[in-house]
Amino acid sequence: MSAGQLPRWVDYGLIPFLNLVAAFLVSGLVVILIGENPLDAVKVLIWGSVGYAEGFGFTLFYATNFIFTGLAVAVAFHAGLFNIGGEGQAYIGGLGVAFACLALDQYVPWYVILPFAIVGSAVAGAAWAFIPAWLQAKRGSHVVITTIMFNYISFSLMVYLLANVLKKPGSMQPETRTFEEAGRLPFLNDLFPSFGFGYAPVNLSLFVALAACVLVWLLIWRTKLGYEIRSFGANATAAVYAGISPVRTIIITMLISGGLAGMMAINEIMGSQHRLLIDFVTGYGFVGIAVALMGRAHPVGIILASILFGMLYQGGAELSFEMPNITRDMIIVIQGLVILFAGALEHMFRPTIVRLFTPSRALAAKEA
Amino acid sequence: MSDTPAIELRKINKRFGSVHANKDIDLVVGKGSIHGIIGENGAGKSTLMSILYGFYQADDGDILVNGNKVIIPDSKAAIGLGIGMVHQHFMLVDNFSVLENVVLGAEDSQMLSGGLARARTELKRLEEEYELRVDPDALIQDLPVGLQQRVEILKALYRSAEVLILDEPTGVLTPAEADHLFKILEVLKNEGKTVLLITHKLREIMAATDTVSVMRRGEMVATRETKNTSMEELAELMVGRSVLLRVDKKPAEAKAPVMEVENLTVTDSRGVQVVKDVSFNVRAGEIVGIAGVSGNGQSELLETLSGIRRATKGTLKINGETIDLGTSTLDAADMRAKNMGHVPEDRHRMGLINSFAEYENSILGYHRDPAYSKGWLMDLAAIRKNAVAEIEKYDIRPPSPMLKTANFSGGNQQKIVLAREIERDPEVLLVGQPTRGVDIGAIEFIHRRIVELRDEGKGILLVSVELDEIRALSDRVLVMFDGRIVGERGANAEEGELGLLMAGVEDNNKNAAEGGAR
Repeated sequence: MSAGQLPRWVDYGLIPFLNLVAAFLVSGLVVILIGENPLDAVKVLIWGSVGYAEGFGFTLFYATNFIFTGLAVAVAFHAGLFNIGGEGQAYIGGLGVAFACLALDQYVPWYVILPFAIVGSAVAGAAWAFIPAWLQAKRGSHVVITTIMFNYISFSLMVYLLANVLKKPGSMQPETRTFEEAGRLPFLNDLFPSFGFGYAPVNLSLFVALAACVLVWLLIWRTKLGYEIRSFGANATAAVYAGISPVRTIIITMLISGGLAGMMAINEIMGSQHRLLIDFVTGYGFVGIAVALMGRAHPVGIILASILFGMLYQGGAELSFEMPNITRDMIIVIQGLVILFAGALEHMFRPTIVRLFTPSRALAAKEA
Repeated sequence: MSDTPAIELRKINKRFGSVHANKDIDLVVGKGSIHGIIGENGAGKSTLMSILYGFYQADDGDILVNGNKVIIPDSKAAIGLGIGMVHQHFMLVDNFSVLENVVLGAEDSQMLSGGLARARTELKRLEEEYELRVDPDALIQDLPVGLQQRVEILKALYRSAEVLILDEPTGVLTPAEADHLFKILEVLKNEGKTVLLITHKLREIMAATDTVSVMRRGEMVATRETKNTSMEELAELMVGRSVLLRVDKKPAEAKAPVMEVENLTVTDSRGVQVVKDVSFNVRAGEIVGIAGVSGNGQSELLETLSGIRRATKGTLKINGETIDLGTSTLDAADMRAKNMGHVPEDRHRMGLINSFAEYENSILGYHRDPAYSKGWLMDLAAIRKNAVAEIEKYDIRPPSPMLKTANFSGGNQQKIVLAREIERDPEVLLVGQPTRGVDIGAIEFIHRRIVELRDEGKGILLVSVELDEIRALSDRVLVMFDGRIVGERGANAEEGELGLLMAGVEDNNKNAAEGGAR
């Protein structure tokens, strides 16, 4: 029996939910081992991430990052490609944002700079994905291997650029100068003071991320290019039969994927840090893989999964503050468990659930 | 024959979800007989045999082996009861020797050498007893399929099988190889073994079996002594109504050639020439059939003509335009633009995307057609409207364009492909294995539709490994062997003659044969 015969709410709702419950049960065991009360921990985690406006603002800020990297991985998934390079593509995307801001922030307001920052980040991220894409399309070098390699290259390249080329003269920090007011995206707290987001860095790029979700949905399910991407991903032989060029599809898909990953830098650099600095990506690119898996490579699922991971990041920070026994490292263990259950062990409960649902459906058909 | 049957099945039932694959099946297989089981695809033959071989468990019902009630939880238990199976797709390790394959899974000890030596002696004995000659040290990949199948039989005998199940054994064999297989089965029978032959080919049942049971839609509808029945009766039992085994068609009114292929040579990725200097034409209003055992270059020929595969050299004239295939970079989309339709040989691998909805597959390859798009976007309304029209015209069931393609039966999937390719009104249609895995009802429909297309004045190139199909449809038959076209015959070519050509026997009688065809 194929998975496709499951009702949609089971496939998209129940199975991710069960995976999440399993992850939290195991996490709870970990918390008990440390000697804390898991129920209290959950309370702190939820309160810290959605219980008050400022905490929720942080959650949304992290979620914005995850939406971009999650979409990047999802688009590649649809073409059957596994883009592990979101980390590096987002990092290089920062260059595009920084160039736009540094070049223009003395002359024009932010809403003029934003389109340049979007294009700059997307082009930079796409450029970083291009060589792995080309190698995959033309030489068959597996994109998983090459994108991981390109992550490391990007780390070193950015350190070199920030320490030697882009560093603010006279500064000890490997980072650019801080952008002028015009090079910063407005915080939502400034736009909507009544929400009380306080010091949360959630900013206008949240809406850019949501717009990207709509555009990705359109691309994948409504355009001819999306049809070709899905055809190639589902059955490459049939795609060739249909006259869809594998080389073209692989390269275009990876460019779109890299571009989306690059756009994550808008949120971090233009939205929050206001300068290009070292290591601003810190794992968002990798977590994007889990977000895309959990969100079933669908924009709506990705938004929900992004908020979940945003909660884990923000709630986790609160947790290590409130319960000193649960260190930052333990939070990462818990995040890792969620990724493990939602991503890697995605198929653990599926066979059982398929078995549970198949006979009952057969009976229903009989009665009908 | 002794009185206790080798195998007896009583009231076997098996359901998969809402599908009742086996309904109250009763079957008695006499010891030392060749018992055929015939039925359309999806009739439940394979399910029944899988139950007997321990792949599936029956929901209820009893299995008796030699009169004793048994439970067969897995294939190991089946082998223990002396039941052996030769699968349709061979379960052999290509880069192992015959001996190693025979021993695989029955090594008897941690160290190989003892088992191998014993197996060698045993193989020699089996070889003599059953006239099953194979070099035990040959690698499987070097053996022709007929011999590979022999290895599968030896594997079963080595595990001391008393009952041998053969699942569609002749699909990959030449007629001569098939005849040889039936001789082997005869020998096995004379040595007291029992053979269960699963097939959907009536001719094989008539040629090889003593008794035949017919399955239809999960039920066992009849059991006959083979000598007291006829192909017509069996066909009717299989389908549940009388069937035209022949396709009704007028003689072709062939006109000017619409497609001319000259000196086509194709080399595969291993550097082996798979199509060797092939030249032929297809005229408007005729069906040209390419007969041949699977793997003699027909697939590569179709793929090259349709723009999927690159040729080493050769030219293609289509609609008066000449294309140098050795240098062309035209892909499948470009060939479609030249009014060439292509029903590929393997609909699952190539013709359809099984995870897509029906309507999405109804435009595969034609998705860039302006009729189905608005700028960058797809025009879903137009696509679905077209899908609904095709579903109606080709009687595709269930008639739901939103249903996932994997959930259609083989015949209906094939109709989806056929509708898509024919309804674009091509001048030339390439058709590969149009009725593979398709039930008889759909076969009739598909054949009729292809002949109609011919009568509309289109040129059709038909590749099929089913000789009956080639003979029923073609106005001219080309036979391919080892990448070459080794002979051409008219519409009334003798089966035996084509069979010899397919087996690579020199065509030294060409003129006389063509005279006969006229």
